[in-house]
Amino acid sequence: MAVLNDEQTMLRDMVREWSDEQSPVSAFRKMRAAAPAEGYDPAAWATLGEMGLPGIVIPEEHGGTAFGYLSLGLVLEQLGRNLAASPLASTSAAATAILMGGSDALKAQWLPQIASGAVVATLAIDEGPVHDPAKIATSVVDGKLSGTKAFVAEGDSAGVFVVAAVDGLYLVAGDAGVTRSPRHMADSRSHAQVTFDAAPAEKLGDASLTAQVIDRATAAVCAEMLGMAEQAFNTTNDYLKTRVQFGQQLSTFQALQHRMAKMFTELELMRSAVEGALEAIDAGRSDIDQAVSLAKAVASDTLHLVSREMIQLHGGIGMTDDYDAGFYIKRARVLEAMWGNAAFHRERFARLNGY
Amino acid sequence: MATAPELDAPVAPLDAFRAEVRDWLAANFPASLKGHDISLSVLEGPTDLSPDQAAWQAAMGEKGWGVPSWPKAYGGGGLDKAQIRVLNEEMARAGAWNPIGGMGVMMFGPTLLEYGNEAQKQEHIPAIAKGLVRWCQGYSEPNAGSDLANVQTFAEDAGDHYIVNGQKTWTSGGQWADKCFALVRTDKSQKHGGISFLLLDMTAPGVEVRPIAMISGQSPFCETFFTNVKVPKENLVGREGQGWEIGTRLLQHERSSLSGGGSASRLFAGKPMGKLAKEYRGEDDKGRVPDSDLRMRIVRHEMDSRAFALTLRRAALEAKSNQGPSAATSIMKNVGARITQDRAELSIEIMGMAGLGWEGEGFSEDELTQTRTWLWGKAVSIYGGSTEIQNNVISKRILGMLDHQ
Repeated sequence: MAVLNDEQTMLRDMVREWSDEQSPVSAFRKMRAAAPAEGYDPAAWATLGEMGLPGIVIPEEHGGTAFGYLSLGLVLEQLGRNLAASPLASTSAAATAILMGGSDALKAQWLPQIASGAVVATLAIDEGPVHDPAKIATSVVDGKLSGTKAFVAEGDSAGVFVVAAVDGLYLVAGDAGVTRSPRHMADSRSHAQVTFDAAPAEKLGDASLTAQVIDRATAAVCAEMLGMAEQAFNTTNDYLKTRVQFGQQLSTFQALQHRMAKMFTELELMRSAVEGALEAIDAGRSDIDQAVSLAKAVASDTLHLVSREMIQLHGGIGMTDDYDAGFYIKRARVLEAMWGNAAFHRERFARLNGY
Repeated sequence: MATAPELDAPVAPLDAFRAEVRDWLAANFPASLKGHDISLSVLEGPTDLSPDQAAWQAAMGEKGWGVPSWPKAYGGGGLDKAQIRVLNEEMARAGAWNPIGGMGVMMFGPTLLEYGNEAQKQEHIPAIAKGLVRWCQGYSEPNAGSDLANVQTFAEDAGDHYIVNGQKTWTSGGQWADKCFALVRTDKSQKHGGISFLLLDMTAPGVEVRPIAMISGQSPFCETFFTNVKVPKENLVGREGQGWEIGTRLLQHERSSLSGGGSASRLFAGKPMGKLAKEYRGEDDKGRVPDSDLRMRIVRHEMDSRAFALTLRRAALEAKSNQGPSAATSIMKNVGARITQDRAELSIEIMGMAGLGWEGEGFSEDELTQTRTWLWGKAVSIYGGSTEIQNNVISKRILGMLDHQ
């Protein structure tokens, strides 16, 4: 755990308490059964809005708290522990894009509404099933954006899209020229194909802004993955202390102890890598791209390991829908693929390091 | 927020100390030794010191700055953490290195300061601080490796002294050591509670040392035999039966120094692997290492190293703040060992046959060193608590898993 100041500690404790008491995994299970069109429980999102969380990376002059990315990460980690469904990560990354590239008028128009939670925003970057920011065909002619975006997180409810086009990043608001087609995926969260047909768009920046915004979105996803991995591990550790076979707690078998010790080791490295990326963003360091690729590769590998082992070490019960392990592995695979999997980021890391 | 910038912030009251250090180094560090750090080879074996080296060792020993945190009363520097950081920074700036080292500094000294009586501290600590006495560790035995508490070397009570009989092994530097701190059994009726912490003179009659040849061709370890060695009772540290407590405390000092102890620099010394690979393997038309499988393994290793460096930094910051001891420290030994070994394996793979040279012509000095480094590195996951023992510690102490019944 990074060293936190008092405000950050309070923030983390507040969200942890809310997550454990008001939004445990059973809340996610209920949301899945109710299947709201948004892909999350609007009442829960409203509560997060009252807590000021959608404004965490937004400056105070625009209604936010300007706590920054490490703080956003603390929140997403706590929500991720219990798989809370919310558009917080997507909304924050889109808000950052507006903040980094938007005109004063655009900021004044959208950031306060985003900070209050009234408007959900998201990024629409990829056009195929595999993350590839180099493969973008969406184009803009005379301020009208056209193209099709695949698997847009929170695409079902977003009122503002930050869209990657060939020549850079654009903001599209409202429904004019926008068609959403839900894509029901294993994680029961919101993903949609979004088609823009001559949708009015305002430019935020060129392709370098696109890359910077994707890095921030990726770091946010890593924080959710950290919380998931932590909880999947703790749930498994608790289970091994409960389950008795051969007259012994499973927790007493050395073969299992060493697998748990190995996972704990990887989790500690994951935490350092993820917090390192979030801190790099807050510090405005020049190697944010490397720090993010390191975090996403390590986070993907570690969550993959922990979510697989969660099922294996639980045995048959881990395979049942009544148990939570399935929720973790399904969400894990979606987040692994989002913004580039481990292989993508290893390739990028090598390139950034000149080999 | 309280992260790196705060650590790096200059603190005004330290400016005077910084000036003092700078002046003292200018007056005492021989320019001829700049960048020629022999501290490691001094640790590994007896070295004929040049006049400049001897003068530097004497100066640092007199000043106490080789053991900057130890009390002045026992020949240490008496410096606080902030001053030590300034000292390290100024030494690095001047290209100076610490000529005082060895097991006395890393392990035995801190332990004796905690558990020794006044006479013992007066006798041994200043000599360590001056680099005058070389200590070795008498812990492992042929049947007490990971199960260290099974030590059988027996110290029989003979009135005002003990008579010690038994065999120690993996005695690092035993052939060059002046003295030995050892775990010996004073009571055969109980396992942990029968162990005592005893100081032996390696030149005493009945002490015999035989170097062990290792796969790396080096012999840094010895077998040490004690046959009716007479040891005065004043050489008992703590009480009889307190040896396990003292001995494990000492191992904490050992583990923190083996895992890098917050200084990742030695682990990451040398060329980045990607650069080494390009030197030996060239590059493809996109400027990449041509062997794509090797290239990806290099990335995995470099990422592992970087995540470890971030973890060392995080643990240091957590320890500095009031969050209590960091759970992350429990993984340091294993991850440090893994990275050291992966790095060596990757290096010799990159070099091909050139990475497997043993001696003589046809190889660069770096290549010959690499072979030995690779082989020696296999010890890292064994000594100081093997990877398996560390995993036991993590699972039991951190994760609360229980012993098999």
